[in-house]
Amino acid sequence: MKLDARIPSGPIEQKWDRAKFEMKLVNPANKRKYGVIVVGTGLAGASAAASLGELGYDVDAFCYQDSPRRAHSIAAQGGINAAKNYPNDGDSVFRLFYDTVKGGDFRSREANVYRLAQLSANIIDQCVAQGVPFAREYGGLLANRSFGGAQVSRTFYARGQTGQQLLLGAYQALERQVKDGRVRMFPRHEMLELVVIEGRARGIVTRDLVSGEIEGHAADAVILATGGYGNVFYLSTNAKGCNTTATWRAYKKGAAFANPCFTQIHPTCIPVSGEYQSKLTLMSESLRNDGRIWVPKQRGDTRPPHQISEDERDYYLERIYPAFGNLSPRDIASRAAKRVCDEGRGVGPGGRGVYLDFADVIRRLGRTTITERYGNLFEMYERITGEDPYAVPMRIFPAAHYTMGGLWVDYHLMSTLPGLFVLGEANFSDHGANRLGASALMQGLADGYFVISYTLGHFLAGGKAGDGVTADHPEFRSARRGVEDRLQRLLSLQGNRSVDSFHRELGHWMWEDCGMARNRQGLESALEKIRALREAYWKSVKVTGEEQAINQALEKAGRVADFLELGELICRDALEREESCGAHFREEYQTTEGEALRNDQKFAHVAAWEYAGENAPPIRNVEALEFEYVHLAQRSYK
Amino acid sequence: MKLILHIWRQKSRESPGKMARYEVSNVNEHMSFLEMLDVLNEELIARNEDPVAFDHDCREGICGSCGFMINGVAHGPQRGTTVCQLHMRHFKEGQALWLEPWRAKAFPVLKDLMVDRSAFDRIIAAGGYISVNTGGAPEANALPVDKQKADLAMDAAQCIGCGACVAACPNASAALFTSAKISHLAHMPQGQPERRRRALSMVARMQAELFGACTNHGECEAVCPKGIELENIARMNREFTKAAWARRDEVAGSGRRRLLPRSFP
Ligand SMILES: Cc1cc2nc3c(=O)[nH]c(=O)nc-3n(C[C@H](O)[C@H](O)[C@H](O)COP(=O)(O)OP(=O)(O)OC[C@H]3O[C@@H](n4cnc5c(N)ncnc54)[C@H](O)[C@@H]3O)c2cc1C
Ligand code: FES
Repeated sequence: MKLDARIPSGPIEQKWDRAKFEMKLVNPANKRKYGVIVVGTGLAGASAAASLGELGYDVDAFCYQDSPRRAHSIAAQGGINAAKNYPNDGDSVFRLFYDTVKGGDFRSREANVYRLAQLSANIIDQCVAQGVPFAREYGGLLANRSFGGAQVSRTFYARGQTGQQLLLGAYQALERQVKDGRVRMFPRHEMLELVVIEGRARGIVTRDLVSGEIEGHAADAVILATGGYGNVFYLSTNAKGCNTTATWRAYKKGAAFANPCFTQIHPTCIPVSGEYQSKLTLMSESLRNDGRIWVPKQRGDTRPPHQISEDERDYYLERIYPAFGNLSPRDIASRAAKRVCDEGRGVGPGGRGVYLDFADVIRRLGRTTITERYGNLFEMYERITGEDPYAVPMRIFPAAHYTMGGLWVDYHLMSTLPGLFVLGEANFSDHGANRLGASALMQGLADGYFVISYTLGHFLAGGKAGDGVTADHPEFRSARRGVEDRLQRLLSLQGNRSVDSFHRELGHWMWEDCGMARNRQGLESALEKIRALREAYWKSVKVTGEEQAINQALEKAGRVADFLELGELICRDALEREESCGAHFREEYQTTEGEALRNDQKFAHVAAWEYAGENAPPIRNVEALEFEYVHLAQRSYK
Repeated sequence: MKLILHIWRQKSRESPGKMARYEVSNVNEHMSFLEMLDVLNEELIARNEDPVAFDHDCREGICGSCGFMINGVAHGPQRGTTVCQLHMRHFKEGQALWLEPWRAKAFPVLKDLMVDRSAFDRIIAAGGYISVNTGGAPEANALPVDKQKADLAMDAAQCIGCGACVAACPNASAALFTSAKISHLAHMPQGQPERRRRALSMVARMQAELFGACTNHGECEAVCPKGIELENIARMNREFTKAAWARRDEVAGSGRRRLLPRSFP
């Protein structure tokens, strides 16, 4: 497989302008002749569908929820980065670019990241024009706060509901196109297959989640904006329905899957409370602006927090990383939490937790200010745990949260399959081995509002509209049949174990062997366990109900079947990457201080996995990464 | 803890439904309500019965997917809380709970506790946006927004579109939902150019979708998990009336023409 990233030539700050100028354009009158499928209506998908509709393309948009407004982006809390430098604290496009490349531990593509930083300012302009109610200062201008991995305040926010407000902005723009007839919206439709004709992505097969009908949809290009695969861990901060099905189907049809082992564990989540737990809840990283993280100095200290005096506490992030302190990047903060808990200094049930304490700041700024900043998060915490975080410190622990890996895309956001574009968390592009807080929303919207409209046009202008491929094409028919057979097979197994029990077990192995710390032995054993689990799944899973009706068990069954395959690829990727970088921490490769030890000689590259068939191991292709502007160095947040 | 559940079971939109009785034991007080239903569903699957269908996704109280009636109250007994965030510590051993879907003509039941809320999307499509195309937006700080206004806009914009307001209203009115969006955009300077048109077209759509009229019961506000205030409805009425006076021709289709003074030119 050839991986051509199509990075434009020239100095980095001119690449995007140059690319835009060199790209072919589609005549406005011809745009409506091109059909485009957008799967997913999160920030990336909704912004893309709306923008493409505005330009005049004929767009079909899909999501599995009952409304596009419910995509998982809605849950993002803390904020969105942009290099506006409003606080006058030294920010710039270059600094955002630099922080992102460094934060990603030098495993992302410089040109893409630079473009992202450039576009960040336009995103804020766009969202403000849409009426997104960002937080403001008394003078009426936009307010900012800080996030991990940065020493400037560049995060814009709407209370603790930034994702919600940004998504509603994009959703409203999308609904406007729906009303104008430029976008046809298909909610409660799940993509179950990608259709490739003559080497080009030409459509998808979906299941109508209400009627159960299996339908083909043809188009001139397909855009996947289906989010991340964090639910491979079963317990994660993702919504229950988040899945890999769309990206996994595309992988099996020839799109390369890049860096699957780069999975982010978020340091501040509410700890697991019992076996029945169905998901984990994030407490936004923004809380680390004001909260202080600590554990008792002494092992096995089970006294309540207020009985532990200041000098008996270890504010370990402030101690180990004085420059960034509580705002150290996520991978570093998560591992530090794991380390202190492994030492027996964790708090709460099972000792799997650390304190996030607001006592100091409440004393300093008063309760009202804290309520204004984080009121809804405090309420959420209290609702879930029954404890009042104004009075006692929160207990938090890391949880699976975000996936930097995803389908490989070039500078145009096109996968290795011509005509298949991938946006948002679903692609691998900008965050390297670790994403910085408030950068996912930025990337999703940059991809959807500002990149795809150019690159898609360039792709389409190179071909011809209306070559007569419809959903009756034999390839569509056989894809539909394939989907139906698979669903029938799941329904006919009539085994004795529920889908959830398999998913939970997969998540357990992934977390234990391929979570915050990994090693060869653990990964090798995980590979075996997952294979065995998958075999058992296809023998003894039990799915009730029928195909031609609402059947949530069947929906889950298909998703878990795909996770069982992806889990194996993640472990394989983690095994082959014999270095530690960002969120990928191989215990064999660490500095004497226990920090990630990269091996730039051997691994300064993207691993793009190519499917080679049911019975052959996947092929590991490599895209070398070059660092011209940010020099390779060991990250230091000390 | 053990609970007795009476749950509305309905196979599909067309088929009739009825209440069915279940017992769940092993309920832990730290579970969320939906996790308790997960336990029930696992048991049903083990017995080869059809699990109870209910919408849910984020389980964090923000996506607005979840929601049903618990003992006649939308989202159950805890104020300001969606069912996914409702924890079992608020219930008692042996308690009997009646679970029913949202009931409204505009929200047909699809299965069990799951309803079709697509009418909400159509209300937004009717005008719940600011018409700006991508690109060409002015510099964000070129337009200062009064902090108080921005805060009020945010209060209204927090609506998650779950539909509890409709379910709780004796008239099945969507006034709280529609007014939240009208208020959000009316508070922002960006929302001014389309302010009147928006109020007219969203209200017209709301009426066309078979929602009832608002008669100020206030049940909607009481059950809203996001604390959207009744005041928004008053604002919507004011926006609508002002717009109707100013743009009389456009109101013709909305069914409210008769409310306008005949002498008005
Ligand atoms: C709790 C939480 C808080 C976060 N906070 C922040 C933050 O403060 N700042 C930040 O920058 N990032 C944050 N993130 C990360 C960020 O929210 C996500 O990375 C981002 O929103 C992903 O957007 P997306 O458009 O790529 O995908 P999503 O929003 O996940 O949307 C995926 C879409 O694809 C659809 N879909 C998926 N599979 C299928 C299928 N098979 N068929 C049809 N449709 C399908 C879904 O219906 C949905 O519409 C947070 C994440 C979480 C979990
Ligand atoms: S599941 Fe999202 S609000 Fe309840």
